[in-house]
Amino acid sequence: MADIVIRAVSKSFDRSRVAAVQGVDLTVKDGELFVLLGPSGCGKTTLLRMIAGLELPDSGTITIGEQDVTMLPPRRRDIAMVFQSYAIFPHLTVFQNIAFGLRMKKASAATIDERVRWAADLVELTDYLERRPAQLSGGQRQRVAVARAVAVGPSVLLMDEPLSNLDALLRLKFRSDLKKLVHELKATTIYVTHDQVEALSLGDRMAVMRDGQIVQCDTPLQVYDRPANTFVGGFIGNPPMNCLAVTVNWVDGHLQAQVGDHPENGFALSEDLRQLAGQQVLAGIRGENVRAGRTRTPGSVRGQVAVVEPLGSQTLVTVTIADQALKVLTASDFAINENADLWIRPVTEKIRWFHPVSQEEIQLERDRQRSRSTV
Amino acid sequence: MTAGTGERAAATPATAVARPARRQAGWRRTGRTVGRYAGAILLAAWVLFPMYLLTVGAFSASSAIYQYPRALLPHLSLGTMRFFLDSAGVPTALGRSVIVAGITAMLAMAVGAPAGYALARFRFRFRGSYRVTIVSTRAFPVVVLSIPLAVFFLQWGIYDTIWAVALMHTALTLPFVVLITSSVFDSVAVDLEEAAQVFGCGRLGAFVRVVVPLTVPGLAAAGAFSVLMSYNEVFAASILTLERPTLPALVLNALSDSPNPYKYAAAWLLMAPTFIFIFLIRRYILGFGTQSQL
Repeated sequence: MADIVIRAVSKSFDRSRVAAVQGVDLTVKDGELFVLLGPSGCGKTTLLRMIAGLELPDSGTITIGEQDVTMLPPRRRDIAMVFQSYAIFPHLTVFQNIAFGLRMKKASAATIDERVRWAADLVELTDYLERRPAQLSGGQRQRVAVARAVAVGPSVLLMDEPLSNLDALLRLKFRSDLKKLVHELKATTIYVTHDQVEALSLGDRMAVMRDGQIVQCDTPLQVYDRPANTFVGGFIGNPPMNCLAVTVNWVDGHLQAQVGDHPENGFALSEDLRQLAGQQVLAGIRGENVRAGRTRTPGSVRGQVAVVEPLGSQTLVTVTIADQALKVLTASDFAINENADLWIRPVTEKIRWFHPVSQEEIQLERDRQRSRSTV
Repeated sequence: MTAGTGERAAATPATAVARPARRQAGWRRTGRTVGRYAGAILLAAWVLFPMYLLTVGAFSASSAIYQYPRALLPHLSLGTMRFFLDSAGVPTALGRSVIVAGITAMLAMAVGAPAGYALARFRFRFRGSYRVTIVSTRAFPVVVLSIPLAVFFLQWGIYDTIWAVALMHTALTLPFVVLITSSVFDSVAVDLEEAAQVFGCGRLGAFVRVVVPLTVPGLAAAGAFSVLMSYNEVFAASILTLERPTLPALVLNALSDSPNPYKYAAAWLLMAPTFIFIFLIRRYILGFGTQSQL
């Protein structure tokens, strides 16, 4: 019903020569919770504000549902928005705040009352309806902002880092509450955040932005597993994806990735990666996709433990292999000391390969064959 | 309980050593506070004592004004005040002053508040220098402005009317109204206006429904400020009027050949409203700061 289609949208601000958003194409499907993720200044908020109508694009079109809204004022777009600062009206009570959009739509008093109570109930604010914003905590204000947005029953719900001003504990609780609520509402939702955990946990799909462009757009797990380039790999995941500069070569008839100059510093690869032989590439390795042991196993490479950081559920070990650092997640009961030797073997299928100059993912014949066979 | 006592006992030797130094620091701090208060009191007295004498003069019997030594707590009487208000031209001049002040405030707000809003909300080129330019208009001496203006007003046929004075006063207060209102509008987050727009308002609607309710006190202060400026302004008023002066202009004209009680009463009547208004709106003038809005 209310797909959002963004075509070739660009926007630059007077003061800066660099475009805040450049040539973005994006389709958000009806009822989807779509997350825009990127570091600050990547243009995600500008893009959201253009969808809201608070900013007008220099070029390109935005359609919501069947309607071209590119140049329409915000009030004629059937949207609602949750602001990062909440932007709830300090001179109005909670009730009046939540009712604001409905009043502007000239809804009947009975409808307003019913909708406000329904929205307040959703975010557990029923007991606070007569309060003024100044008498509310940060978390409560945030919920007023959410209730105000959902009360109007918009076809598109926009959220601009709604959790970023909450403390860590509240953020965790609100994240799951918000996900449940948005899915119940079935409104097409665009959620902007710079927090990769939020993006992974909330989104049905997500887009990673950088320098005004969308770098990758996919489901969170796909983005996590198959980052399109080293930037995405490094931005998403905690710890970020390791990026080892390696040379792939044959040693004694086995394919291996050699770290540094010495052939013995190599870990084994499966032979379906033979297309990489003889090349210098970047190996993207997630910390959890590494087998680590205190004794040598076939195909593993020796590293030296630099730092051991227990995280509670896991232990993060930073290993140095030929002057390159590799962060490895091990079980929390894995006992290892700093400066000890550790034998490392990344899981071959889970390694992503990037071009050392363009930093883009290298398409593997292996995957091409696989996708052909599935089609 | 016992643990607490133990702690205190353990802490005693350390404090015993530290005490003389701390006591010295304490004295120094007390000294500074006393000095600061003494200075403040002195300054306040310097301003307030003449005001006090003025008030006493205005509200005692005419005869008491010439007494020496002057009684600090005199017998109150409305005689002097009544004498002044009954003097020729005073009631009409007072009325004229009030009307001029009202027109000035309305004109200054009508022109100045939108300018203040623009200054607060829009990022345009030379915004900083524009701000400075606004204030620097006050650098022109009123005399330099008044004489050519008098010629203009003569040509337009509004010389010696309340409109001439009100226009001049508007020009004089406008810079302050622009600056005060811009800081008042600055205190309302842009997000609030944008939220209003998202939830169904146009630009004007957002302004009326969200910005105005939040800025009423500050805007009122700006208006009150221009009322004061106009009510007390004497120079332009006396150049631009002849037969129909405002109160300050009338008083200035009559000053040299009027008795002391007249002067006391006139001075008090010009001072008192200013004093009260400034007191009420002080928070908007001091540092142009307004209350932060969430």
